[in-house]
Amino acid sequence: MSRHIQLTEHGKLKHFLTIEGLDKALLTEILVTAESFAGVSEHQVKKVPLLRGKTIVNLFFENSTRTRTTFELAATRLSADVLSMNIATSATSKGESLLDTIHNLEAMHVDMFVVRHAISGAAHFIAQHTAPHISVINAGDGQHAHPTQAMLDMFTIRQYKKQFEGLKIAIVGDILHSRVARSQILALNTLGVSEVRVIAPKTLLPAHVKNMGVIPLYDMAEGLSDVDVVIMLRLQKERMNSAFLPSESEFFRCYGLTEAKLALAKSDAIVMHPGPINRGVEIASSVADGPQSVILQQVSNGIAVRMAIMTMTLGHQGGTS
Amino acid sequence: MSKILINNGRIIDPANAADAIGALCIADGKILATNTPIADFTPDQTIDATGQIVCPGFIDLSVRLREPGQTQKATIKSETRAALSAGVTSLCLPPDTKPCIDSPAVVELIKDKAEAANYPQVFSIGALTQRLDGNELSSMLGLKQAGCIAVSNASAPLGNLLILRRAMEYASSHDLLLMYRANEAALSGKGCAHEGAMASLYGLPGIPVAAESIALAQALELAQLTGCRIHISQVSCKQSVIKIQQAKKYGLDVTADVAIHQLHLSENDIVPFDSHYHVIPPFRSDEDRHYLREGLLNGTLDAICSDHQPHDLDAKLGAFPETESGISALETLLPLTLKLAVSHKISLSNALANLTQKPATILGLQTGALTAGFTADVCIFDPELKWEINTQNWQSAGHNTPYWGQTLTGKVTHTLQRGRLLYTF
Repeated sequence: MSRHIQLTEHGKLKHFLTIEGLDKALLTEILVTAESFAGVSEHQVKKVPLLRGKTIVNLFFENSTRTRTTFELAATRLSADVLSMNIATSATSKGESLLDTIHNLEAMHVDMFVVRHAISGAAHFIAQHTAPHISVINAGDGQHAHPTQAMLDMFTIRQYKKQFEGLKIAIVGDILHSRVARSQILALNTLGVSEVRVIAPKTLLPAHVKNMGVIPLYDMAEGLSDVDVVIMLRLQKERMNSAFLPSESEFFRCYGLTEAKLALAKSDAIVMHPGPINRGVEIASSVADGPQSVILQQVSNGIAVRMAIMTMTLGHQGGTS
Repeated sequence: MSKILINNGRIIDPANAADAIGALCIADGKILATNTPIADFTPDQTIDATGQIVCPGFIDLSVRLREPGQTQKATIKSETRAALSAGVTSLCLPPDTKPCIDSPAVVELIKDKAEAANYPQVFSIGALTQRLDGNELSSMLGLKQAGCIAVSNASAPLGNLLILRRAMEYASSHDLLLMYRANEAALSGKGCAHEGAMASLYGLPGIPVAAESIALAQALELAQLTGCRIHISQVSCKQSVIKIQQAKKYGLDVTADVAIHQLHLSENDIVPFDSHYHVIPPFRSDEDRHYLREGLLNGTLDAICSDHQPHDLDAKLGAFPETESGISALETLLPLTLKLAVSHKISLSNALANLTQKPATILGLQTGALTAGFTADVCIFDPELKWEINTQNWQSAGHNTPYWGQTLTGKVTHTLQRGRLLYTF
């Protein structure tokens, strides 16, 4: 169903909810389109008129500064009208249902919802129940998917590594609760990397993680050996309270990325993190700020990639020069 | 009372090992005789059952009616009507109504409403603990005297194993059957799907099989200790089937049922995020489903129930984990049982035993058979009739089934309860 709901009958993007069901050609098209937008931010006038007259509503049922901001910037640079709603503190806390909120906004003639929600499947649900002319972009739903983040990560990997074939990627940390990791795994495998490893204690790995096309490893030395890309995930502090982990310090000792551990990867390996980072918990400052880190480049790329996905879902192909 | 002759049907009566074309005579609400038309029997009404199957009315071990307390979902009237249209003439109502069935007054209320609806026999299952809080034993004897057929804590957890032990000791002192839904709440947590490949992929909070099998193992140990007659409700996984099989082998007085949809669907059949597949226990792996089917075939599992849980639209309208669990399943009970019989080459008689004779035995009821002198609870169905699940053909107030819009084979055409023809298709 994911396959069908987000594509038009001609195989074009209608919604962008998950990487699942999207083929290599489409993912590559997103990356190529994003490339054409990458220059826009460096122009003196940082705007192109592609979505002029369109109204985009950022519906954030869960707080996020970074993702919401890059979506706002992406929409603004495409000349769309943008409205950001922090629903976590407004309508639904007054008892309004998710669907009522959506229908009310629909009545204001919007063209796109960018949705973040704490429950897996929320973006699918909204896409299924919204008016047919509206596109929905998933900006993160529960532990399910965060496909725009995954695509900006793919964009960044491609920027530094040129091609996906032959790459070995390690994703480290709380895979179990990570929508980012789920989307990255799907995208990396679709784009044809040679190996995706996930490194974490079993408490932070999904029960059937092997079915997702990855190699689970419990030891950093083994896991980082010879990899081209190291992706660190954010560790939520509340994991200490429910017996997922004994302590932050033990997690850092075992799985925190230090210069010594990074030395096990290929010498030209890049270090990525979807942010926001916990310095000294999953990553040492010297690595986060070090020469192999591309963490801030990921943030910049996020705007171009989201511009690409917004234009593609709203039916405009290609970028601008 | 009127005399009814059901003629020319294929009478299948698992309890009496009967399977032949014949006539069934009913008078004064009782079965008169099977297969032998009585010469001086002058029926007030004759039902021609040519090409149809005549069998005992079905006995469903778990049907939520949503009344009292949740009449926005369904009512005793709507769901007993749905039960009749599904051939169900007796049903067991779990105690988690609102208020729950922990006092004779609630039992009486349900009895009155069911009688007013004039439909199938509704057997209340009494709450095992007061308010289903899992800590204080209910007045089980009073509940039994008011008409409760068994006791159960439904899906509410028990405070600890000592409570379960005491509950078993007390229930067995009064010869009450304890129906038990095995679930270790600490392990199932806020899970909404089987902890397997599907939940891993979609980031859904999982329920491991061990949440069921560990609780089951504990309950079997305590049943052994206390001598309590225990019935395991709606098992869902391989480990549970194996444990029940072992317990039976060593002579424990245990029975078990499985919900009809668990015999057909697995996690791999779930349409991503479609809340109609949200059910507890969740659809498990293909291997688990295989063991459930085998368990039914080899007699480890004793009965099929619908585990009917009708919902209003809003309950299923939301992102998967936020929706309420449960399937409106009464009306798919027969067609899905027939489908299983075909796919697994089970004789109709053996398949129907899981809906008639066997649940009657579990409950100790003198029904579920077409024995002369028994109450005339009879179901007549057309095993070949194809029907589409749509608003026109559906009786339950709950439209929440993953089978909605599909065409199933096998439809009940007549249902008689206590000799009264109460439903005709």
